[in-house]
Amino acid sequence: MRYVDEFRDRAKADVLVKEIERLLARIGRDESRPLQIMEVCGGHTHSIFRYGVEGMLPKSIELVHGPGCPVCVLPMGRVDDCVAIAERPEVIFTTFGDAMRVPGSRKSLLQAKADGCDVRMVYSPMDALALARKNPAREVVFFGIGFETTMPSTALTVLQAEREGIKNFSIFCNHITIVPTIKAILDSPDLRLDGFLGPGHVSMVIGDAPYEFIARYYKKPMVIAGFEPLDILQSIWMLLRQIDEGRCEIENQYARVAPAGGNAVALQAVAQVYELREFFEWRGLGSIDHSGVKVRDAYAGFDAERKYAVPNARIADPKACQCGEVLKGVIKPWQCKVFGRACTPETPLGALMVSSEGACAAYYQYGGIKRDRDDEASAA
Amino acid sequence: MNMVSFPPRRSRGKVHVPTVTLAHGGGGKAMKDLIDDVFVAAFDNPLLASLDDSARMDLLDLAQYGDRLAFTTDSFVVDPLVFPGGDIGRLAVCGTVNDLAVGGALPLYLSCAVIIEEGVSVDFLRQIAKSMAATAQEAGVKIVTGDTKVVNKGACDQMFITTTGVGVVAAGVELGAHRARLGDAVLVNGLLGDHGAAILGARGDMALQSPIESDCAPLQGLIASLLNAAPNIRFMRDPTRGGVATVLNEIAEAAQVAIEIDEAVTPLRDEVRGFCEILGLDPLYLANEGKIVAIIPPDEAEQALEAMRAHPLGRQAAIIGSVVAGEPGRVTMRTIFGGRRIVDMLVGEQLPRIC
Repeated sequence: MRYVDEFRDRAKADVLVKEIERLLARIGRDESRPLQIMEVCGGHTHSIFRYGVEGMLPKSIELVHGPGCPVCVLPMGRVDDCVAIAERPEVIFTTFGDAMRVPGSRKSLLQAKADGCDVRMVYSPMDALALARKNPAREVVFFGIGFETTMPSTALTVLQAEREGIKNFSIFCNHITIVPTIKAILDSPDLRLDGFLGPGHVSMVIGDAPYEFIARYYKKPMVIAGFEPLDILQSIWMLLRQIDEGRCEIENQYARVAPAGGNAVALQAVAQVYELREFFEWRGLGSIDHSGVKVRDAYAGFDAERKYAVPNARIADPKACQCGEVLKGVIKPWQCKVFGRACTPETPLGALMVSSEGACAAYYQYGGIKRDRDDEASAA
Repeated sequence: MNMVSFPPRRSRGKVHVPTVTLAHGGGGKAMKDLIDDVFVAAFDNPLLASLDDSARMDLLDLAQYGDRLAFTTDSFVVDPLVFPGGDIGRLAVCGTVNDLAVGGALPLYLSCAVIIEEGVSVDFLRQIAKSMAATAQEAGVKIVTGDTKVVNKGACDQMFITTTGVGVVAAGVELGAHRARLGDAVLVNGLLGDHGAAILGARGDMALQSPIESDCAPLQGLIASLLNAAPNIRFMRDPTRGGVATVLNEIAEAAQVAIEIDEAVTPLRDEVRGFCEILGLDPLYLANEGKIVAIIPPDEAEQALEAMRAHPLGRQAAIIGSVVAGEPGRVTMRTIFGGRRIVDMLVGEQLPRIC
């Protein structure tokens, strides 16, 4: 398959892995004190597991799987709100597929559907708007979820609905922003990270300037990375080169898709429809200031939160969960007390077990290989 | 069509209305007319034509094929009912025929029970029955008994079909997942995931124009030549729901062995790969309806592969992996990129990823 296979080339991967090994030796890191690199985005986590990238890397590098899976970090209270909206008889509740399974305190959307709610999986907010056009007697609500990557598409859908004068369409906005979240991780006292792989698809929208503070104030290097396995290896190599040369910059490996200035049209649509919330609740990380957006007053008619007065209850994460420590790289997923026992993909307790992009679910499903190696090593 | 000339014992009924109503399930003349017009006309054979409460088969006749009876059942609720490469009728025959065949049996007889939602067009019902008859002929089986129920609007999605199959296993054919041994080869008879991708594409709710056709086909012929070429074959299964990944996990679990497959040699259609890339799905978990996974001892692997490739339904057969030393019950894949990953059972349904 053209434009895909080129980025999965095994021979090029071997060359990069050798280069990474050489740089690591020069930097002077080994297994006892591995270099910790966080990939912020769930899309990277998925690729890393899907292609077995982690197992190809030397043990003196540790990948820490960050908070960038919007499905995982959705707090239970918000899922309860979704279910409450979906339970209204006039509502057709539309959502991306992988948000269906996220457990709320009462039930997931999948269970709500089984109990008779009209919950439908769509592939784009525009599909939800089309449903609203087709069903003028029903209220169509779209579950707006995701970072800056998906924000423009829901903003543009709201603008389109306004242009067409569609009144029976609204967004339940749970969009979150990446920068305050990275900042919250950087501010945590137990942080051990040496650098970041930046989320390429977020940069496609916001560009690379918003990350400058990471290099300037926190003195951590970042490489904005693409999602194919070669992209990831090359980005790791670029990070190591920065560390080796004593540089600390925001570099862009994904320039073929993510321009330095981002996408002005998309940013304009986002700014027109959304404004920052004072704070937003994250599963695993708690409340983070300015980390979410809500629909502006001018578009209140398209805001499901206002239309339906959702319960908006705060439901604490289960006490046993150590998602926060996993997210910050303090412990590995399998070192969590409930991993694979009380917390599995079938019955997830914590955020990171919920979606296949969550670090714990990824380890549970795909991982194991490097972990086994570690177990064998510690047993020997 | 498999028309066995047999003098009908009575005149055959005919339906004169365009759609099925609850009257067609009432047990009276309307129901008899529907069964006659749609099913008996299509499946025509002497065992069915008598329309007795059960079909009766001669034991001596069955015994000429082997020494054990194989018996299986499956229900079909596919949405949409007609899709590129097949329909619910073809699927209902292939599914049960293949379940018999992978168990080493020669498929012989099927039943056909249909639950119909009122309002379904009679012409459409005829089309599905004809498709079942044609597929049964292709598979060398006869549909010898059946049942029809009509339910209220909304009680089922247009039409559900259940087929039950009877076959005979030849003496000496011993198959079982637990028989997989270190060094055995893992074979598939062609491109994976076509059926799953065709169905998802045909649902039309993802605005993707997919030219992918279902691989839906009866496999008794391919399997007969495989059994012939590799007499010590350990096990076969048709990787339907849950795909190849699920079948491999079942085998690894049952035999308490590890299995490793190689992504680079796993046969996939470019269209299916592209489809999965866009939706964030894994083709190893997509359903197949004309494929088998076979575990073959190493000294018979090459001849098994040749036998598969010589058959029209196995042209793109491949050895995709082997039984290896490793943690019992675990399936891994050497990725195209050179890494390794675990191929686990799916927890639920595969759901497209958000971004």
